[in-house]
Amino acid sequence: MRAMTTRLGGAWTRRLLAPAVLLLLLGGLAGPAAAAMDIERVVSPGGVEAWLVQDHSLPIVALSLAFRGGAALDPAAKSGLATMVSATIDEGAGPLDSAAFQRQLSDLGIDLRFDAGQDEFTGTLRSLTRDRDQAFELLRLALTEPRFDEEPVERIRNQLLAVLASDAEDPGKIAGDTLSATLFPDHPYGRDPMGTAETLGRITHADLQAFAKARFARDRLVLGVVGDITPAELGPALDRIFGGLPATSAAIDLPEAVPEGAGRVVVVERDVPQSVILLAQPGMKRDDPDFYAAALVMQTLGGGFGSRLTRELREKRGLAYSIGADLATYELVGLVTGSTATQNARAKESIDLIRQVWGEMAAAGPTEAELDDARDYIVGSYALRFTSSSRIANNLVALQLEDLGIDYIAKRSALFAAVTLDDAKRVAKRLLDPAKLAWVVVGKPDGVVSTP
Amino acid sequence: MRDRRRASRHALWAALVFLLATPPGAGAEMFSPESFTLANGLQVVVVENHRAPVVTHMVWVKAGSADESDGKTGIAHFLEHLMFRGTEAVPPGQFSEIVARLGGNENAFTTSDYTAYHESVAVEHLERMMQLDADRLQNLKLTDEIVLPERDVILEERRQRIDNDPGAQLGEMLNAALYLNAPYHNPVIGWEHEMAGLTAADARQFYDRWYSPANVVVIISGDVTAAEVRPLAEKYYAAIPSRGVPDRFRAEEPAQFAPRIVKLVSPRVQQPYWLRSYQAPSYRSAGSEHAYALEVLAQILGGDATSRFYRHLVVEQQVAAAANASYNGTRLGVTAFSVSGSPRPGGKLEAIESAIEKEIADLLDKGVTDEEVRRAISALQTDAIKSADSLTGPANIIGAGLATGSTIEDIEAWPDRIGAVTVEQVNAAAKAVFEIDRSATGWLLPKETS
Repeated sequence: MRAMTTRLGGAWTRRLLAPAVLLLLLGGLAGPAAAAMDIERVVSPGGVEAWLVQDHSLPIVALSLAFRGGAALDPAAKSGLATMVSATIDEGAGPLDSAAFQRQLSDLGIDLRFDAGQDEFTGTLRSLTRDRDQAFELLRLALTEPRFDEEPVERIRNQLLAVLASDAEDPGKIAGDTLSATLFPDHPYGRDPMGTAETLGRITHADLQAFAKARFARDRLVLGVVGDITPAELGPALDRIFGGLPATSAAIDLPEAVPEGAGRVVVVERDVPQSVILLAQPGMKRDDPDFYAAALVMQTLGGGFGSRLTRELREKRGLAYSIGADLATYELVGLVTGSTATQNARAKESIDLIRQVWGEMAAAGPTEAELDDARDYIVGSYALRFTSSSRIANNLVALQLEDLGIDYIAKRSALFAAVTLDDAKRVAKRLLDPAKLAWVVVGKPDGVVSTP
Repeated sequence: MRDRRRASRHALWAALVFLLATPPGAGAEMFSPESFTLANGLQVVVVENHRAPVVTHMVWVKAGSADESDGKTGIAHFLEHLMFRGTEAVPPGQFSEIVARLGGNENAFTTSDYTAYHESVAVEHLERMMQLDADRLQNLKLTDEIVLPERDVILEERRQRIDNDPGAQLGEMLNAALYLNAPYHNPVIGWEHEMAGLTAADARQFYDRWYSPANVVVIISGDVTAAEVRPLAEKYYAAIPSRGVPDRFRAEEPAQFAPRIVKLVSPRVQQPYWLRSYQAPSYRSAGSEHAYALEVLAQILGGDATSRFYRHLVVEQQVAAAANASYNGTRLGVTAFSVSGSPRPGGKLEAIESAIEKEIADLLDKGVTDEEVRRAISALQTDAIKSADSLTGPANIIGAGLATGSTIEDIEAWPDRIGAVTVEQVNAAAKAVFEIDRSATGWLLPKETS
């Protein structure tokens, strides 16, 4: 089922944890705590591999999975297909109809959720140890025998349409969609993985079935498991859950994405008091040898408090509540993205200032002190990603999707330590160029107009 | 996993329920916290968690927007921002940079009843965090040079979260209509015209009045023991001079003679939404004997895809794309029990309202079943076990409880007390709460273009 409401928690925080538009990236880093974590490679008798971190301190098991290949593979006319599959495979499978399937999840307190990103189809499972086998069985059913019965498919389609409608006039959503379309007018990355009302309306039962058959294959599968389970227990379980999936699938064949829109400004007029501002330029992919230097440069430029953008826009001038910039790495492209939001009267001032700070970083790079601070944060905070079963499992999957190797956590500090000030300056120059930025502004910004 | 743009997808829905405050104080038995109180009245709570050599250090101040004076709405949240803007020892901007250099993450949040500050760091840096927080609890520096740009920041925060979002604007209006006399009437962020006039002196006054050690709870969750924490707490927090703590007052609601209805019609709305909040007792307010039963009732009505609302409105009658029920008992004064729904595309809000009203009428008429109560209890208790699966989960639950008048014993006993809820208690709680004259109903509607 698709959860339609999200609690904000009722609390007002000092800052949003991340500007909604920033793409989460830095594959991983290693602090002392993480380095001490023992990752075991478990290969089942049938050849299914998972990375496991045992933790028997709580009666909980978490499993995260990803199949390579996500929403970017959706046919243009049926964009939203991967998303729709992610919201319907837990709506009835095998002998269980939708109500029976959801009832079992509810009765056993099992968390099961699927999601579709541009590059991967992901899933997470969390269960108490006592119900572990049943949780694994429900996961097996969802992946291998989804039913896609008419009632739940129509219900979920309507929920997705309602979400699209509720977001339709949200300035952040408009800005995100506009930026994607500006950067990638001819590439699937230009489309929202959610699809549109029109494309969602075209998706049939046969499309959903064909997706499950074609995409859920073991050669695309990556697994992370955390918690109260031993390798001896996990091995056979992997075969039970995933053994029925086809061993191989068609190769993923998508072209590299080349961002367009350099120097463009796109203003989307909306009658709101605050302009939402997004920006992006070409960046680098995760396997670029300069990635570590680039991550440090971006931490210095736009990585929250202590970064130049936060200091200049927020702390000194009160221009924004949220402001940030980061690398965004996809399978087929690397970007540098940024976002902020400011009252209409000061939108131009914000844009000019971001451009200036961007240019200064490109020209001179970070200072020695800034580089050291960024490194201390990136290295030291890595351990904080390993504080709950689900987060650890997600990180194990991310490490594999990025092809970083099972020893990455141990090596990570050294990779960042090896970046010199000269490296950082060189990479800042290579990476950042204010003239290449594409801008999207949604609101009624004073003094900002679209470029022709 | 990597596409964070999707995180904002549910903004509208989220905004509409933002007033419902923190998640229910899902239980505790396994937290087994240790607590001690320093001579100046500051309470320290330690929750051990040895999965990784890290800790979360939290400072909870028992004051929130409901403790503000007339005309000063937003000052509790504004002060929260200013707490990061420097002391004599730690100049403006340095607090966050020091924490970041140590590989830590920090943030803070404000609600109607409390304000909390938190840092997560490797355990060897815990002492530094305690030193930093003890410093800003007594030595905060507030000058116009610091205060005025930060005031612009909170005004931008308000625009971003409320004024750019009609759903959030409706939530603010609904809240103000629901509470006639209780201070929860005002938004936590503040009314814009009052925020714009807040000064350094206002912040100082709130700080002096409420940020007294006896009004603070420090919670440390992670790879430490109480025996390790105690000498550090004595060293840093015990040095804060003791001062008095004013009584916290929560005005109660008067007799009420009419339900409230607020309708927001906007060209910025495409998906309509309906929400009704009923005044309800919290764990600490008058009528608190119903609080545990209301947790169970919210689970029965709107807990998950097997709940009454979802099965009846979304699956069977197919009038709603979504339907929910929620309750937050973790408050000092009166709180709310809310029901809500949004139609399938093309559907009308009238149909949502009448379907939910019928559910409530049926509930009051026939009551809940034994099986429903058993299943709801089981789900809530399982959630309680899962809440221990993070550093911040237990700390947040304990902090919110202690800041709203509960005791550690209350929090530890939560799963048992939920387990003791009966069918009769749920039915009695429903009768006590679903009183139309004590409700406010919000309609979010698109502007028809003809």
